[in-house]
Amino acid sequence: MPNMQKEKTKMPEQEPKVRARNFEEVAQGYTEEMAITEANRCLQCKHQPCVKGCPVMVQIPDFISLIAQGKHIEAYEKIRETNGLPAICGRVCPQEEQCEKLCVRGIKDEPVAIGRLERYCADYAIAAGVEPITCKCTLGKKAAIIGSGPAGLTCATDLAKEGVDVTIFEAFHTPGGVLKYGIPEFRLPKSLVQKEIDSLVEMGVKIETNMVMGKILDINDLKEMGFETIFIGTGAGLPSFMNIPGENLNGVYSSNEYLTRINLMKGYKYPEFDTPVIRHKTVAVVGGGNVAMDAARCAMRLGAEKVYIIYRRSEAEMPARNEEIEHAKEEGIEFNLLMNPVEILGSEEGGVTGIRVIRMELGEPDASGRCRPVPVEGSEFDIDVDAVVVAIGQSPNPLMREATPDLKTQSWGGIIVDEETGATSIEGVYAGGDSVSGAATVILAMGAGKTAAKAMLEYMTQK
Amino acid sequence: MYKILRKKTLSEQVKLMEIEAPLIAKKAKAGQFIILRIHENGERIPLTISDYDAEKGTITIIFQEVGKTTMHLGTLEEGDSLQDFVGPLGKASYFPEGIKKAAIIGGGLGTAIAYPQAKELHRLGVEVTSIAGFRNKDLILLEKELHEVSDKVIITTDDGSNGNKGFVTDALKNEIESGEKFDLVIAIGPLIMMKFVSQLTKQYGIKTIVSMNSIMIDGTGMCGGCRVTVAGETKFACVDGPDFDGHEVDFDQAMRRQSMYKVQEGEACNLFKGVE
Repeated sequence: MPNMQKEKTKMPEQEPKVRARNFEEVAQGYTEEMAITEANRCLQCKHQPCVKGCPVMVQIPDFISLIAQGKHIEAYEKIRETNGLPAICGRVCPQEEQCEKLCVRGIKDEPVAIGRLERYCADYAIAAGVEPITCKCTLGKKAAIIGSGPAGLTCATDLAKEGVDVTIFEAFHTPGGVLKYGIPEFRLPKSLVQKEIDSLVEMGVKIETNMVMGKILDINDLKEMGFETIFIGTGAGLPSFMNIPGENLNGVYSSNEYLTRINLMKGYKYPEFDTPVIRHKTVAVVGGGNVAMDAARCAMRLGAEKVYIIYRRSEAEMPARNEEIEHAKEEGIEFNLLMNPVEILGSEEGGVTGIRVIRMELGEPDASGRCRPVPVEGSEFDIDVDAVVVAIGQSPNPLMREATPDLKTQSWGGIIVDEETGATSIEGVYAGGDSVSGAATVILAMGAGKTAAKAMLEYMTQK
Repeated sequence: MYKILRKKTLSEQVKLMEIEAPLIAKKAKAGQFIILRIHENGERIPLTISDYDAEKGTITIIFQEVGKTTMHLGTLEEGDSLQDFVGPLGKASYFPEGIKKAAIIGGGLGTAIAYPQAKELHRLGVEVTSIAGFRNKDLILLEKELHEVSDKVIITTDDGSNGNKGFVTDALKNEIESGEKFDLVIAIGPLIMMKFVSQLTKQYGIKTIVSMNSIMIDGTGMCGGCRVTVAGETKFACVDGPDFDGHEVDFDQAMRRQSMYKVQEGEACNLFKGVE
């Protein structure tokens, strides 16, 4: 008999007041008992709607059933059949939009906590030191992956499993992409990301860091080096600015710069780590996505007295996950909704002293179906802040396409691919993730990496 | 890891290192830069590629000890290795067609960065006047090398200790006023020096290229920490530059942005001196 408790089994979390001042993980994960209790809420539906909501088709009822039986390692292996990064997905996927959205239990009550259970299995297996999948490059085929974010890592895993000799080229000094530089430690511990990557290396995947592709090597070089097929997973790392006066004042950051200093360079541990981060007193973060929430929560953890989210629509339209919005509010972040910055104000020395915003009201829905925000004439007012973080989105980095003129791209920079296969305009070259779609989610990038891996394998074996 | 093959002290605080980096050496061009990180807890700092040898597979950098990371770098010896070495980054220098006569202006350490430009123009058959300025005669760099690639070399010192007192702008103005017709001026050095050179050449309508030395983190265009205003537009020095038209750069803003971490830079420097 399944557990018919209406709500998800609660997951222990650090107290908001405590966690708002440290970088340790907020959500602390299920105990074995909690995991089994939650696993028993799953009805084991025959038609498995949840699986259809997962971009990498994790066999959800199967792994949950294994947890219920106490077979946690087996449950982990079941997930890993289709998903190479379960400890990460269990933490950062927007499950409410994917697997959990389609859960039958969610029609009347709360859906089964699929993400929390996935995370539980992965953490359990990593702590137990589970054996990596070993692959020995038996196929005699070489593939190159450009970029080591979620898309590249997934594509590499799937190819390595089939015996392909895979090399990943990464521009930064450490692999992981947004998992390392973007998503903060308190949502996704970096040691854990590294463990998932280490297990890939143990599978036989080679990772070359400090390789800015398009500068040090290009597609032709890779082909000459014997890579028969190439996957481009370079993400959407080019920050957008608002183009308003004052944007180049000291104390105005792109979210990418702010988060890279803090997460990748560990600026929050300065001076133990050399990269400095200024601990601002009052910070405005412009934007309403997960990146904005991450930046705001980092600013709070660096000791800010006041942190504001400034967003031009209302809370209902915010693209951030509900859980992240809730966490941010609990930690004392103030939401200034229906407001848009018009100018950043500065002192004579060039520092930020405030941000001038205009009130907005929601008008008619636009092409995306969201109500278009319209400025209210004459409603400008100033908010005192000493730093502004701009988190209004990113587009694909131009380095790769500048070096590869025959790679067809959209006017906004996204690489044009065949949706079924991820094939680009160049034979043997595939692409996926944010470099194709623009900034989206970790799991969608993983799905794209999987799709491309399948097509790349076919291309290599049929050639 | 990237091995230090050769180290040479050029003046009290200025050192040259030849680093083993074959792939970068194959692609490097004059005007580009690298980013390095000494160790796991280190920061990423940009340094101009001052020379490259594709056959030997090496990149030469010249740096001045101005803070924690460069001081630490200065303590490393031949045979030691750097954790990370990334490049070649930025756009290669682009020289407009039809240049017959050029003045290359180097200020302090900027001379080491200007040198490969002088070398390249000389190779292209351009008549090169090199003007290099230093605080005093003990800090003079690359004098012999500059003579090898220039038709004329003028070395100035702020205190006159080499017998030629004055700033590079004074020397440049002298040359122009005495009838030298430059088609191009390249100025590389501290922002304040590049600003004054650009102001001077603007009066004479001489095309001027400067090399911006913004604060950088990734050096690949993903953060915008290095942004500068050029002709009223925001540009990223790491991917759109580092070379820009000196008459279009907002130098005052660039100088303010460069001083953003002054307090932290001082602290880190003191900590380093304390433990060493």
